[in-house]
Amino acid sequence: MQKIPITVEVNGRKASREVEPRLLLVHFLREALGLTGTKIGCDTSQCGSCTVHLDGMAVKSCTVLAVQANGSQVTTIEGLGNGELHPMQQAFWDNHGLQCGYCTPGMIMTATKLLEENPNPSDEEIRDGLEGNLCRCTGYENIVKAIRAAAETARGGS
Amino acid sequence: MYPEAFSYHAPSTVEEALALLERHGDDAKLLAGGHSLLPAMKLRLSGPTHIIDMKHLRGSLDYIRDEGDDVAIGALTTHRSLERSELLRGKLPVLAETAGCIGDMQVRNLGTLGGSVAHADPAGDLPAAVLALDAVLVAQGSGGTRTIAAGEFFHGFFETALEAGEILIELRIPTLAAGSGSSYQKFFHPASGYAVCGAAAVITPDASGNVASCRVALTGVSEGAYRATAVEEALVGKPFSEELAAAAAEHAADGIEPLEDYFADATYRGHLAKTFVKRALLTAWERSG
Repeated sequence: MQKIPITVEVNGRKASREVEPRLLLVHFLREALGLTGTKIGCDTSQCGSCTVHLDGMAVKSCTVLAVQANGSQVTTIEGLGNGELHPMQQAFWDNHGLQCGYCTPGMIMTATKLLEENPNPSDEEIRDGLEGNLCRCTGYENIVKAIRAAAETARGGS
Repeated sequence: MYPEAFSYHAPSTVEEALALLERHGDDAKLLAGGHSLLPAMKLRLSGPTHIIDMKHLRGSLDYIRDEGDDVAIGALTTHRSLERSELLRGKLPVLAETAGCIGDMQVRNLGTLGGSVAHADPAGDLPAAVLALDAVLVAQGSGGTRTIAAGEFFHGFFETALEAGEILIELRIPTLAAGSGSSYQKFFHPASGYAVCGAAAVITPDASGNVASCRVALTGVSEGAYRATAVEEALVGKPFSEELAAAAAEHAADGIEPLEDYFADATYRGHLAKTFVKRALLTAWERSG
């Protein structure tokens, strides 16, 4: 069986492993590195609970091979806040932007990218931006509220 | 879910990729953004034993260039880049509009124009736009490059004019005539987001409000994206009106046996084709001038 040496910078730390080519990035993160904050929901590229940042882009890590991430930088929910809660995590906390919490890491990873590109989104733009993230509890109202609040905080509002 | 085992290759040049394709033949698949191939491999619908990852070719095949009469787009340009390109929004807005309808942000961040077109999913969005824009596709093989007109590229269910040893490297899209309007109208599958029906239209008016030229293409309806030439013929040379658009749109599925699945039967899909062609025509006309 072919094994390929890869080095991926995950949350600022270089991780080197030998992996099977068919290993998915999400399994590399969860099983090889023990970073279980990233969830596997649908496993069919739809639900977005496996969303991480790959070289600065939000991607679904169930639809990326670990070997494709060789030489890249990955940020997971564990690496978002530098030891403290990231403002987006805080906004989800403050606004109860979760029910069961399973979709939350993916929601937050997508939401941070959404605000980077559009710091002042309308509710409709937030909902459009979350197209690729599903909440099985249907708790979207407070998720949208949390992202709106994080946007206000980032803009220096109240 | 994980794919069947395969050997992995990451060539640095198109030539190296071609050599790998030649060596491994039907056992090999090219991996671009991977957002059609990897899901199919995870579901074990596809089981290539060699994957040729094109990631190192991004440096040379990811671009959108204004070349005067044409816009040249590298095959590895992502949907997200198409969607956000100021050049495309200005010159070929329907391509940016279509790319923006694909999947979701995460999918668009990795999925590529060349991958989508070469994959030729019958419900893919970009093939309709590529046809309506009369693009020219550039394929490279061991003997050099050749061009293929969009109208000759799509051969039905996941089939294209690409030969086994060829790689789609670029799309060249003619700049629209002055005053043209364009639109892509899509009926999203409520679960998958794929096109149950997608209609792309490009219309150029003349000075007196007649349709000087027009191209209409559909995806999602048949085994492959197709030009609705009967719609186009019903419009050209006539003064545009809502009634004319509606009458022309009646021909949206002429000669086509619409696909059937448990979401949409053939009658419903045929109806959607007419409805969405009409919407695409009206919107394109509104944007013209």
